[in-house]
Amino acid sequence: MERTPFAITLDPNTSLANHTGNWRTMKPIYVDRLPPCNHACPAGENIQAWLYHAEEGAYEEAWQQLMQDNPMPAIHGRVCYHPCESACNRGHIDEAVSIHAVERFLGDQAIAQGWRVACAPRTGKNVLVIGAGPGGLSTAYHLARMGHQVTIHEAGPQAGGMMRYGIPKYRLPREIVDAEVARIQSMGVTIRLNSRVDDLEATMAEGRFDAAFLALGAHLARRVEIPGVDAKRVLDAVTFLRDMEGAARPKLGRRVAIYGGGNTAIDVARSVERLGMEPVIIIYRRDLGHAPAFASEITEAQDEGVQFQWLRRIAQGDESTLTVEEMALDEQGKPQPTGRFERIEADSVILALGQRADTGFLRRVSGLRVREDGTIEVDGTMMTGRPGIFAGGDMVPGEQSVTVATGQGKKAARHIDAYLRGSAYVKPEAHEPATFSRLNTWYYTDADASKQPLLNLVRRRSSFDEIVGGLDADTALLEARRCLSCGNCFNCDNCYAVCPDSAVIKLGPGKRYAINYDYCKGCGLCAEECPCGAIDMVREVK
Amino acid sequence: MTTERIKFYQTGTFTAGNRLLDEATRTVQSRLDRTNSLNSGHRACQGCGEALGARYALDAAMRASHNQLIAVNATGCLEVFSSPYPESAWQIPWMHSLFGNAPAVASGIAAALRAKRRDDVTVIAQGGDGATVDIGFGCLSGMFERNDDVLYLCYDNEAYMNTGIQRSGATPPFARTNTTQAVGEHPGNPIGNGKNVPRIALAHGIPYVATASVADLHDLERKVTKAIGVRGARYIHVHVPCPLGWGSDPAHTMKVARLAVESGLFPLFEAEFGKVICSTPIRRKVPVERYLELQTRFKHLFGPPQDTEALAAIQAMADDNIAVYGLME
Ligand SMILES: Cc1cc2nc3c(=O)[nH]c(=O)nc-3n(C[C@H](O)[C@H](O)[C@H](O)COP(=O)(O)OP(=O)(O)OC[C@H]3O[C@@H](n4cnc5c(N)ncnc54)[C@H](O)[C@@H]3O)c2cc1C
Ligand SMILES: Cc1ncc(C[n+]2csc(CCOP(=O)(O)OP(=O)(O)O)c2C)c(N)n1
Ligand code: SF4
Ligand code: SF4
Ligand code: SF4
Ligand SMILES: [Mg+2]
Repeated sequence: MERTPFAITLDPNTSLANHTGNWRTMKPIYVDRLPPCNHACPAGENIQAWLYHAEEGAYEEAWQQLMQDNPMPAIHGRVCYHPCESACNRGHIDEAVSIHAVERFLGDQAIAQGWRVACAPRTGKNVLVIGAGPGGLSTAYHLARMGHQVTIHEAGPQAGGMMRYGIPKYRLPREIVDAEVARIQSMGVTIRLNSRVDDLEATMAEGRFDAAFLALGAHLARRVEIPGVDAKRVLDAVTFLRDMEGAARPKLGRRVAIYGGGNTAIDVARSVERLGMEPVIIIYRRDLGHAPAFASEITEAQDEGVQFQWLRRIAQGDESTLTVEEMALDEQGKPQPTGRFERIEADSVILALGQRADTGFLRRVSGLRVREDGTIEVDGTMMTGRPGIFAGGDMVPGEQSVTVATGQGKKAARHIDAYLRGSAYVKPEAHEPATFSRLNTWYYTDADASKQPLLNLVRRRSSFDEIVGGLDADTALLEARRCLSCGNCFNCDNCYAVCPDSAVIKLGPGKRYAINYDYCKGCGLCAEECPCGAIDMVREVK
Repeated sequence: MTTERIKFYQTGTFTAGNRLLDEATRTVQSRLDRTNSLNSGHRACQGCGEALGARYALDAAMRASHNQLIAVNATGCLEVFSSPYPESAWQIPWMHSLFGNAPAVASGIAAALRAKRRDDVTVIAQGGDGATVDIGFGCLSGMFERNDDVLYLCYDNEAYMNTGIQRSGATPPFARTNTTQAVGEHPGNPIGNGKNVPRIALAHGIPYVATASVADLHDLERKVTKAIGVRGARYIHVHVPCPLGWGSDPAHTMKVARLAVESGLFPLFEAEFGKVICSTPIRRKVPVERYLELQTRFKHLFGPPQDTEALAAIQAMADDNIAVYGLME
């Protein structure tokens, strides 16, 4: 044994011999939490994850991440009502991240660069999809990625559903729809146009399909009679908007009135305005505050010259005028007649009073339950009462939007895949929410949201050119970088830096961190100083 | 003039690292190869600001000096919790002196290095506020006055913590310590006593004086790095919360330090040759109560009844700092 110096009885040692971890009563653990944006997205996108890639300028990775959930980012970046942004935690600081603008940027990049996704090997299973709207396209895409053969039967002359025959061009250019549909076709999905299905069982037997997904949408317009007005001069919104896609423009009079207060009424009015008709009047029974249309859409329409007659009911009409009755709202916000009438000049009326699903032919299919309003009942797996037949989109009860249809398409695809395998799809357990109160906002730089460029008013009123422009690459990058990465580590090194005990191990660039429990005293500093709330302190069990 | 901050519209600019910034703009603390001058296994309390401040400062100093440095440590928590024989948490050449003589020992080492013509080695002396502003003050002033080639780092936790929370010349007014109990007509530390050593250092006209806080890592590392590049006597006064002595949650060490800066009570500035040359602006100003209420040493001020006079006096100190150092420009 070596001799120690005079008066020294112990060998020198490092403090690493002293395991201070045994002081701990609470211990830090790394977690992934569910960001509010992801939670709110009807298509179930992992927004935080794709923004993380986009922040680095890794756009193709970002797009691939996005495509795991949503096959049509360029479309959604334009028309999705983006509930993600209403939920975004950054809204509590300054303004929500402009998620849709970055999504659109990625979608447009993918189209420009021709990015593609990979599909699993063929399974030999054959699925019928009816309807090439967002619901049908989404299901087909996800099933194709899983290796199944998919054939879509579409009644119309082109694919897209309401994305082509409803939403006007100035909000969604048709090249975008074409490009995203073509990409789905290039994955092996067959789309049979002009082939309306009116006998489901026959079609399934004929094509030897193992399962079917129905996404017929809601295309039957609700109509009202207007006494004194020739039915030829009364159009409905869906017919009008569909005809806008045809070679000949729909026949209208000189002065057009639109009846209804929803987004469809606004879309119709703005389209009529662009045809050079004036003035365009929207008549609605309730007031601005009670109109179902988005306030932003109403303002944009007003900017373009659309006039609004709030609190009016169309009572009757003749060749060139309409008699409208003034309404008053009762306590419940319901419009009640006042007995005061006035006349306005109008020689055409377009009804925008809502649509219902045209599902009459499905009543014959045993097991399927068709509701009075035309919608079809489905269970939690999107399956109808008939095993192997699933449905989604506007034809099932619930919220109606492109994104909801796309999300239901994904969900249905997962359950159809499980059905085809004779198993059940088990949804992974959702993470705990990444609430705003868990963030340490000190660490985030102040930055206002980027603004998308808007077409000038003259061009807006006279053409169907797209109104809202996309972000350029620099702006899209800055916008992505506004994301706070709620509840998911973004490798900021804070925990690694703030631990007084050097008990956080950095695993390498991009590889996150681990706690060295031999030395962690459980002070909680790392959890407190994690900007995004990705560390939990939990009770130590010894 | 105020210190320029990196303006980069994205998440995490104020964080230790940032995968989107180039390596050079990230902190030393974010690096895989940081020295960890003060290693794991030391016996500082949970959430110790002093342990953190020392590692921040010394790791930055190691990098700036290309690992050529010797540190002398005064007695105090930092010395005691890091080196109970036979263990040492130090991963740098480190020497213990006495409570009162660290600056003198460092001056001696600097003289020895000069005699050996070793101008590549940085000498650091460090100690707590007690060691610095009270007992070692004579040696420190001498070191300044002779302009000895030493960087002195004071870790200010505002009392003698190692011996059980006794008042020092750096204890703030009204704070409860074991020698300034929260009893009687004027509870806590009397107002008007104590001294401001950064300003006294400045009055010596030495090449570099700065204040820093564990709460602003970027700022702290920049100042240490700058100081390493200067020859002669240098002084950096680092604000380091003590959860035990201040009665704050160990998890709040950073938060408490940050609020001291953001309220204006602990101004961050730099001075060269006796002149203040710049200060670090307050980002999100807060009233002093936000800082005080997190610490039980100020609990008696919040009553009932609330000591509005004392709170106003503390707020006046903060406002004065803001005006003097231009913290809100
Ligand atoms: C004017 C207007 C504007 C809108 N704007 C927006 C918006 O900005 N954002 C948003 O999220 N949502 C918007 N929506 C709602 C959205 O378009 C729908 O919720 C969505 O398209 C529903 O998708 P889907 O797949 O269920 O049906 P659809 O898109 O309606 O597609 C159904 C398809 O099935 C076909 N089909 C029907 N029956 C048969 C059959 N028997 N055989 C074969 N094919 C058949 C149809 O031709 C159609 O192509 C708007 C709707 C309208 C009307
Ligand atoms: C000459 C002398 N007097 C008293 C002591 C006892 N002593 C050791 S550390 C200390 C207080 C240290 O206070 P400070 O310098 O503020 O460091 P802290 O422990 O607070 O970090 C005292 C009084 C001593 N070691 N030597
Ligand atoms: S800040 Fe980012 S992660 Fe958080 S809610 Fe907004 S988009 Fe999602
Ligand atoms: S900061 Fe360090 S010691 Fe404190 S809880 Fe986190 S890992 Fe443990
Ligand atoms: S502090 Fe930063 S590096 Fe650590 S877990 Fe949180 S986000 Fe990740
Ligand atoms: Mg002290």
